[in-house]
Amino acid sequence: MSIKLERINYIYGQGTEMVVHALKDIHIEIKDGEFVGLIGHTGSGKSTLVQHLNGLIKPTEGHIYFDGQDIYAEGYDMKKHRSNVGLVFQYPEHQLFEVDVLSDVCFGPKNLGLKKDEAEAQAKEALALVGMGEQYYKRSPFDLSGGQKRRVAIAGVLAMKPKMLILDEPTAGLDPQGRKEILELISGLRERAGITIVLVSHSMEDVAEYVDRVIVMNKGAVAYDGAPKEVFSHLEELEEMGLAAPEVSYIVHKLREKGLEVETDAITMEEAAKDILAALEARRKGNL
Amino acid sequence: MIRDITIGQYYQTDSVIHRLDPRVKLAGTIIYIVTLFLVGNIWGYLLATLGLAAVIKLSKVPLGYILRGMKAIGFLLGITVVFNMFLTPGTPIFSFWIFTLTWEGIRTALFMGWRLILLIISASLMTLTTTPNQLTDGMEKALKPLNKLGVPVHEIAMMMSISLRFIPILLEETDKIMKAQIARGADFESGNIIEKAKAMVPLLVPLFISAFRRANDLAMAMESRCYRGGEGRTKMKPLIYKKADKLAYLYLLGFAVITVFVGRL
Ligand SMILES: Nc1ncnc2c1ncn2[C@@H]1O[C@H](COP(=O)(O)OP(=O)(O)OP(=O)(O)O)[C@@H](O)[C@H]1O
Ligand SMILES: [Mg+2]
Repeated sequence: MSIKLERINYIYGQGTEMVVHALKDIHIEIKDGEFVGLIGHTGSGKSTLVQHLNGLIKPTEGHIYFDGQDIYAEGYDMKKHRSNVGLVFQYPEHQLFEVDVLSDVCFGPKNLGLKKDEAEAQAKEALALVGMGEQYYKRSPFDLSGGQKRRVAIAGVLAMKPKMLILDEPTAGLDPQGRKEILELISGLRERAGITIVLVSHSMEDVAEYVDRVIVMNKGAVAYDGAPKEVFSHLEELEEMGLAAPEVSYIVHKLREKGLEVETDAITMEEAAKDILAALEARRKGNL
Repeated sequence: MIRDITIGQYYQTDSVIHRLDPRVKLAGTIIYIVTLFLVGNIWGYLLATLGLAAVIKLSKVPLGYILRGMKAIGFLLGITVVFNMFLTPGTPIFSFWIFTLTWEGIRTALFMGWRLILLIISASLMTLTTTPNQLTDGMEKALKPLNKLGVPVHEIAMMMSISLRFIPILLEETDKIMKAQIARGADFESGNIIEKAKAMVPLLVPLFISAFRRANDLAMAMESRCYRGGEGRTKMKPLIYKKADKLAYLYLLGFAVITVFVGRL
């Protein structure tokens, strides 16, 4: 399974006073099993881009191929496509509507035409994946805590058994503990259910720690696309785009400026700690 | 989508017209529209057009922007003109089937179309140069005397400005929820009426909840700032007529009197 975007352009409000060229010549391919982080300053087009992936927005120009098939070809099953490519919007808990948790999670599979018991089986599986046990099935989704609601909403998409899951800022508005839980859950999904994941995020730390490929958007175009270490090495360029590298990146760079011979490619706390200790060790040895 | 409509929108810029007291603009629009209906000859129309053109120039709103908003009513305008041309009795020019084109028809149609265009431009000029908040402020102040009759003028004005403020927010919210449910396989388009109505539930429930949540938040925010209605409430920017406003009233009246006089010669 792979999804490929070819020269995608998207323009909001065509033929009106407020024309916004939101995407410019986007060319990317996401392969099976990847964990991609999508970052960019506010308004850079991240949400617009991810809505293209599951066919919610039709590109003004360009093509989208899923497993080699053009998703806008005549007779392409868009409903099936939307279940293959699950999209979790920002603040997904705002879309809950059913009387109890289980029925809400069943909504997706039922729309795909599954029978009640099949839908329920898939819903239960999805709820288990997000760590919501049986005791929640009959609770009203509106009585849950913020973090629990979000889990239920994510389960609502997972219940359609997507091959690819896109999450638009899934940690927005959660406390540090809640953020960590959601992120662990997402990276666990890839390992346990083998789902390809695209994570839209504002937090460089989150991206650095979990993903294995980073795509940086700037003013509607792809600025960088590569491994986190490689992308975050462009410190100054990222800052010009209103972004930043993970905090530790700045620390190791500062240390090097001050004369400590430390590697500067660390992007997570653990790596940085190891590199700094190694550098200190080397210096101590040199001094002897 | 629905965002494309420009009639009723505010055009942000700084001009003499933008700075006028909203009451002047409200009164001005009403006086202008009444004038239009009293005018009956070409000189009157020309004068009215000239007056409006001067105001447009002063307002710094690009003419193209105003005219683009007119596109929406172009169809209506076309129908009005065509019907008037063919269905007015008078000296026939030519006829086919039940339609007869008459000289009187052409005259009426032209005047009618002209009048409609001026009417709509003048009304949209008011909203283009006045924010919804100013507009409700102006109405509140202008309708203040009704307070004595027990009409809660302030409360009505407050509700109006809040509703106006909420329209774009709710539109955006609808768009978002709709997309989120489509991503879960919802189908809002196919099916018969009953199926379609059923399909609206996953859209309407979250929409209502979100509207209530926002209303609740807003009420809380207002209460925590001690809002308690119109009684004894002062304004940060009270509406006070300035020299420019008084002058504007004078110009307006002068213009209206002259135009009506010329227009009815
Ligand atoms: N419905 C819309 N109509 C018109 N313009 C829009 C619409 N949605 C987004 N835009 C514009 O398109 C551009 C990209 O928006 P988008 O929402 O994709 O950004 P984003 O990267 O997701 O930002 P954020 O980090 O704030 O979520 C912005 O300039 C935005 O103003
Ligand atoms: Mg976004």
